[in-house]
Amino acid sequence: MNQKKRLTLAGIIVLTAMILITGCGGSAEEQSDEPVDGANGNGGDVVPEEASIMLGGSDSEVNVVARLAEEYMNDNLHVSIAVTGGGSGVGISSLIDGDIDVANSSRPMRDTEEDALRDNHGEEPYAVRFAVDGVAVLVNDANQVETLTVDQVGAIYRGEITNWSEVGGDDQEITLYGRQSTSGTYVFFMELVVQGEYSERKRNMAGTSDIVEAVIGDEGGIGYAAIGYAGEDGVKALDIAAEEGSEAYDPAILENVTSGNYPLTRPLYQYMAGKPEGALLDYLLFEVSDTGQNIVLAEGFYPITDGDREFNKNALE
Amino acid sequence: MVSITEKAMKAIFVFCGLAIILFLVGILYILLSNSMPGLIELGLGPFFAADRWNPGAYGEPTYSLLNMIYGTLMVTLGALIFAVPVGVAAAAYLAEIASPWEREFFKPIVEVLAGVPSVVLGFFGLVVLAPLIARAFNLNSGLNAFNGAILVGIMALPTIITLAEDAITAVPKEYRHASLALGGTRWQTIWKITTPAAFSGITAAAMLGMGRAIGETMTVLMVTGNMVARPESFLDSVRTLSAGIAIDIGDVVFNSTHFHALFVAGLLLFLITFAVNLLADILIQRKPEVSK
Repeated sequence: MNQKKRLTLAGIIVLTAMILITGCGGSAEEQSDEPVDGANGNGGDVVPEEASIMLGGSDSEVNVVARLAEEYMNDNLHVSIAVTGGGSGVGISSLIDGDIDVANSSRPMRDTEEDALRDNHGEEPYAVRFAVDGVAVLVNDANQVETLTVDQVGAIYRGEITNWSEVGGDDQEITLYGRQSTSGTYVFFMELVVQGEYSERKRNMAGTSDIVEAVIGDEGGIGYAAIGYAGEDGVKALDIAAEEGSEAYDPAILENVTSGNYPLTRPLYQYMAGKPEGALLDYLLFEVSDTGQNIVLAEGFYPITDGDREFNKNALE
Repeated sequence: MVSITEKAMKAIFVFCGLAIILFLVGILYILLSNSMPGLIELGLGPFFAADRWNPGAYGEPTYSLLNMIYGTLMVTLGALIFAVPVGVAAAAYLAEIASPWEREFFKPIVEVLAGVPSVVLGFFGLVVLAPLIARAFNLNSGLNAFNGAILVGIMALPTIITLAEDAITAVPKEYRHASLALGGTRWQTIWKITTPAAFSGITAAAMLGMGRAIGETMTVLMVTGNMVARPESFLDSVRTLSAGIAIDIGDVVFNSTHFHALFVAGLLLFLITFAVNLLADILIQRKPEVSK
């Protein structure tokens, strides 16, 4: 029967996928057990010390960090860098356990996590901000609303405001679009804007571009997406004010984001145990250099601000 | 010499046959071993509780599959309501009415329909069907169970048409001849004689179409809106089990409670599909109810 053939095919695919998944899991563990290559005794002045760096954590950061690592390794063949995802929390707990050298995290480390790190390593946690992430709130072009406060966006996503007329728009029901729970933006938006449970009437789209597509086709729709998506035809990014009465800022203007005036921004962190040195320090300096920051920009994030550079001094100087 | 080749060939074929069983057992084993930690940690109750699927909660995570089961049933049954009459009518046309060249022309088209990638259908639903549905029913968005049901129905059609046609063709000629000889029209023959005689085969076709519809993922993921709230009507957004798994599995933390809960959803889906297919097979076995 045709159906049975299909079932078998599905079986093969599922089994292969399972083998791949477990296979990957295994190899990641192996990698973390790998000893860091020490100095090669015969090395003269010319051959630099071999080094390997393990980074892991935030899924929002994994692509941009992998890209940065790739560029860095092109010019520094003696350094090998591995980047894994899993989420900010996973990265931080791996750092505490000593499985990785650097935890990518899109949120600051919690006090309890810092204490655990001190207990396990006898070292202070050090942090670097290497990029700025921002989220735009998108509505249909036909929507009369131009400006919302963070509170209003939160109330809309909690399901407390359900009609655009409540925030100065036309009498039209609001349709909520968002991402799945494992998306980094889901957590960022939940903690910074929603500050409670998302409305269960939020529609989950498979990806950011699906959110944009849905809002283009829905005059009552609202969605959130990385700022890079704000320029699409048919949608507009709302100006967002930190609170009622304060000025609203347009995220499409780079200065608003880099100056920190646009409220829905967050710095992206990298945490390590102890002050970075050697190859790791060199790599981190590459990340915050002009070359590194151009890669950050090309990957859809924003360059760090003077305030962030001030923050980095503790770890990098 | 001949007998050795013969034996070797036989062994190869037996092995291939057994391999299918091996795959099935393998899938079941993986589903069970990965869902067990979730079932042990949470018990069966939370998966069927009245709350919602909310693993990334601000407060306590909840893992109810109930609304997704409703969503799956709505899309699947909606698809069958549309696909069974159309599919059986098309099958009756191909088996009874179409001239040989018409059959030669239409059958490959049915097969092409079966080969359309689901992501293409999903994109069609997202970009073309959704705005049409939104306009027709005066909704904000056409991403709902109705949209999913239509597209999944289209995907189930080739299965239903092919199997129903086989069933109708298998009805003995004598039945038709008797009906026509008694003065029955062609329509009366199809409606009152051949189709009822092929009933169990047609039911099996519908069931296999249903098996196809339940597990369909990509299309429903793209067009049903994937809301976790309990759907209020066919024009409400729903999330199916398969779409629910696909949404979360990509970046769930390996071996977390959330990960195991997704496998519980997978196990449930597997059991439903298995039961439906088994029932269809039993019905097909019963086919020769029309004896000469």
